Amino acid sequence: MRIRVSHLTTYRYEASPKSVIQTLRLTPRNHAGQYVVYWRIDVSADCRLAQQEDAFGNISHAFTADGPLNELKVFVEGEVETRDTQGLVAGAVERFPPSLFLRETPLTLADDAILSFAQEIRAAHADTLSALHAMTVRLNGDITYDTNPTGSNTTAAEAFSLRRGVCQDLTHIFIAACRSLAIPARYVGGHFHRSDGVTSQEAGHAWAEAFVPDLGWVAFDPTNGISATEAHVRVAIGLDYLGAAPVRGTRTGGGQETLTVAVNVDQAMRQSQN
Amino acid sequence: MQAAFDEMTGADGGVRPAYGELSRWLAEIPPDVLDYRRREAEVIFRRSGITFAVYGDAAAQERLIPFDVLPRIISAAEWSRLAVGLEQRMKALNLYIKDIYGKREILKAGHIPEDLIFQNPAFRPEMNGQKVPHDIYVHIAGIDVVRVDADDFYVLEDNARTPSGVSYMLENREIMLRLFPELFARHRVAPVERYPDELLATLKSVAPASASSDPTAVLLTPGVFNSAYYEHSFLADKLGIELVEGRDLFVKNESVFMRTTEGPKRVDVVYRRVDDDFLDPLAFRPDSTLGVPGLMSAYQAGNVTLANAVGTGVADDKAIYSYMPQIVKFYLGEEPLLKNVPTWRCREEEHLAYVLDHLEELVVKEVHGSGGYGMLIGPMADKATIATFRAKLRAQPKNFIAQPTLALSTCPTCVNEGVAPRHVDLRPFVLAGRDRIRIVPGGLTRVALSQGSLVVNSSQGGGTKDTWVLDR
Repeated sequence: MRIRVSHLTTYRYEASPKSVIQTLRLTPRNHAGQYVVYWRIDVSADCRLAQQEDAFGNISHAFTADGPLNELKVFVEGEVETRDTQGLVAGAVERFPPSLFLRETPLTLADDAILSFAQEIRAAHADTLSALHAMTVRLNGDITYDTNPTGSNTTAAEAFSLRRGVCQDLTHIFIAACRSLAIPARYVGGHFHRSDGVTSQEAGHAWAEAFVPDLGWVAFDPTNGISATEAHVRVAIGLDYLGAAPVRGTRTGGGQETLTVAVNVDQAMRQSQN
Repeated sequence: MQAAFDEMTGADGGVRPAYGELSRWLAEIPPDVLDYRRREAEVIFRRSGITFAVYGDAAAQERLIPFDVLPRIISAAEWSRLAVGLEQRMKALNLYIKDIYGKREILKAGHIPEDLIFQNPAFRPEMNGQKVPHDIYVHIAGIDVVRVDADDFYVLEDNARTPSGVSYMLENREIMLRLFPELFARHRVAPVERYPDELLATLKSVAPASASSDPTAVLLTPGVFNSAYYEHSFLADKLGIELVEGRDLFVKNESVFMRTTEGPKRVDVVYRRVDDDFLDPLAFRPDSTLGVPGLMSAYQAGNVTLANAVGTGVADDKAIYSYMPQIVKFYLGEEPLLKNVPTWRCREEEHLAYVLDHLEELVVKEVHGSGGYGMLIGPMADKATIATFRAKLRAQPKNFIAQPTLALSTCPTCVNEGVAPRHVDLRPFVLAGRDRIRIVPGGLTRVALSQGSLVVNSSQGGGTKDTWVLDR
């Protein structure tokens, strides 16, 4: 599938900040299941975008912009050719052995509730892979998708006790559960092409990858209750949301800011071929 | 536990040569004069404001660390043996960290279990593949050593993150020179006053390639509420560099600048006394207000040197410590000159079994702990404490290591009853620059002031002494 992604992040400032600094993880790389046809990032302010590769192999861009600024726009667009690999992630940039992804982080600490959830599922399945599939389906059923109660610093344990959350929360719970079972797991930030024809989205998507012996990294999307398919565009990985966050930034000076995000994920060539 | 080795009277009760003059002087000086000078020292310390904050002790937020006026004396021969060993250790630490964040040869060779590195909170994934100027990660180490006899030095801890205490080494000497000039006249004591110059030379030597020939260094402090703030301001003053907080610095186009009254000034080297976690809210804890946003991107671009580097804790963790003899051999092909205290790793089943059977005679420490908090000293502990530790060990064996209770050497110390032997350790400060390793002869001697106590940490009521290395 050829997927076209575009998204526009707009910051509007009540009073101009003196300066803004951001680190962006918005650029996908190739792996066996995806090929980046083209990709570009545009920042409205007058600044230099410096490309770096972070420790996990993600492409990151850092920029600093000086005020006065009434608004700041970060625009990203590109096309990615994807194919279904049954969730297998091969040929991706790997900078660490899988065991690194057993590290606990504050956002992905398993509490007793997640621990028993994980152990119950593991005990009911003969092998790791089917346990992971079961976990994906269970989280999809048990956790109600709800953008209200959680935020970007909600922990896995908090979201699990609420039984509510967004893709980030479901992914954190999935990761916490995996690591508590000594299964390496990591966070993936990216985009998801919906099959119901809705192309406009309020945010990017997130899912997880877990390391399965003999198979390697396998991608599970607990929000959709499936393994990753050709509808998933993988952008950045990390130990949790913070490590793969599309934007981490701060500013000096200025008043309130309002943030709007508009994401569009569509098939690039929708016209039928004959 | 055997009787402790006394550094003045030795094993046989005869005065050891380095202490000859001190012992004669002690016999000559009237007790009331000594006591008067002792009180004078305390007044000077109070006036100069050298305090130390003890976390979790509201009554003593700012406490004076007790100072003992009797110097701890090390002979020239002893020091040169120690210094060579420290230099070897420092080289090995830097080669090891470079390897861990680079090719990971030592893991491939199977000398250290992989999970001990990758699941270690002190291992910073962000440092993976990161080049640092001249491959130096630990620029300043405070390597704690102890003695149990006349021959050997044992390393207790390699403090490779942001070791503190050097201000006490310098202040203690200054006060001793004021109070006891006649005692100095009777000894040839190697000077420690050049430490700030050596540190500044070390910092400038590791400036990034893009820096000018006279690089700008700053000292980054978490601020006045940090327990070591006094030391930060003291050192910045001695070094002649700016003392800055996170908000005084900013990053623009992957370079670090300091706000000054004459406009932004480029910063090349940051001697940072802020922990990794708080250095950059865009890379580490997002809620940190102590750091500099974007600092890691400037670091990654090679435009600034951080001293010490990020992630050096992967070398001084107590579990890694037990592998230091192998680390020295692996990278240098030499036998370690300084001994390691035998260490049982409770993560290993056989070791754990031994430890559980011998808790009454061992010291048990938390792998990630410091400052003497959360440790068990078996021979001093009551049954209930031992039982609590037994349960902790069973629940989380990975979090603990155990060591035999060492009979730390003692030195003559002024206490209420007069002059009596008290247990000591030593923290020499080792500096690694581009050109060479520098060690100022001396260090911080910490002394456990209560009789029989083996805990020298200042947070646990330990005191300090001036450390005299004799020139000959």
